[in-house]
Amino acid sequence: MGHNTVTRAQLSEAVYQEVGLSRNESAELVEVILNEISDALARGEMVKISSFGSFSVRQKGQRIGRNPKTGEEVPILPRRVLVFRASHVLKNRINQALSGAPAGEAA
Amino acid sequence: MPKSREGAVNAMTKSELILRLSQLNPHLYQRDIERLVSTIFDEIAEALARGDRVELRGFGAFSVKRRDARTGRNPRTGESVQVTRKYIPFFKTGKQLRERLNTQ
Repeated sequence: MGHNTVTRAQLSEAVYQEVGLSRNESAELVEVILNEISDALARGEMVKISSFGSFSVRQKGQRIGRNPKTGEEVPILPRRVLVFRASHVLKNRINQALSGAPAGEAA
Repeated sequence: MPKSREGAVNAMTKSELILRLSQLNPHLYQRDIERLVSTIFDEIAEALARGDRVELRGFGAFSVKRRDARTGRNPRTGESVQVTRKYIPFFKTGKQLRERLNTQ
């Protein structure tokens, strides 16, 4: 899957087309939005976008990992990871488009 | 169970994001900011619905993974059930954001 890759350029173009701001300002605003979301997450906040999904930050404890190449044991330090949970609306939209049925339902 | 690991945290919702953007951009109409935000998430959703990948360097990448049909089991009754093929949206955090989450 994944025939094409959408990047900032396409998002800015869509904003330019849909909202009618200049191309420059559209590109800047896409950046501002990503920064605002990143800032909130860096503060440890959750970000909830209705009908899209939510991003949350989870604290992971220290554990022993292994270098898969050498088999050597290495401690993995406690860290914060980002978790994205897609909303049902998004999951259903994707499943309907790609397989013609809502998520997990029998066809 | 996942709830307790996240703990009680503040959440930024879409409307709070819109509010924040209007404070930062007093020259823009609130209506336009609302369209701006929905256009972005809509474009991402649309791309995923085509099976495309969305790559936002530094932030992260959205993609769709396929889970093939399988015979599952109802854990309560032990009864076997057919689970049809499904598609799961997936997000991988970008390097820059991952590092930001871990610098104090």
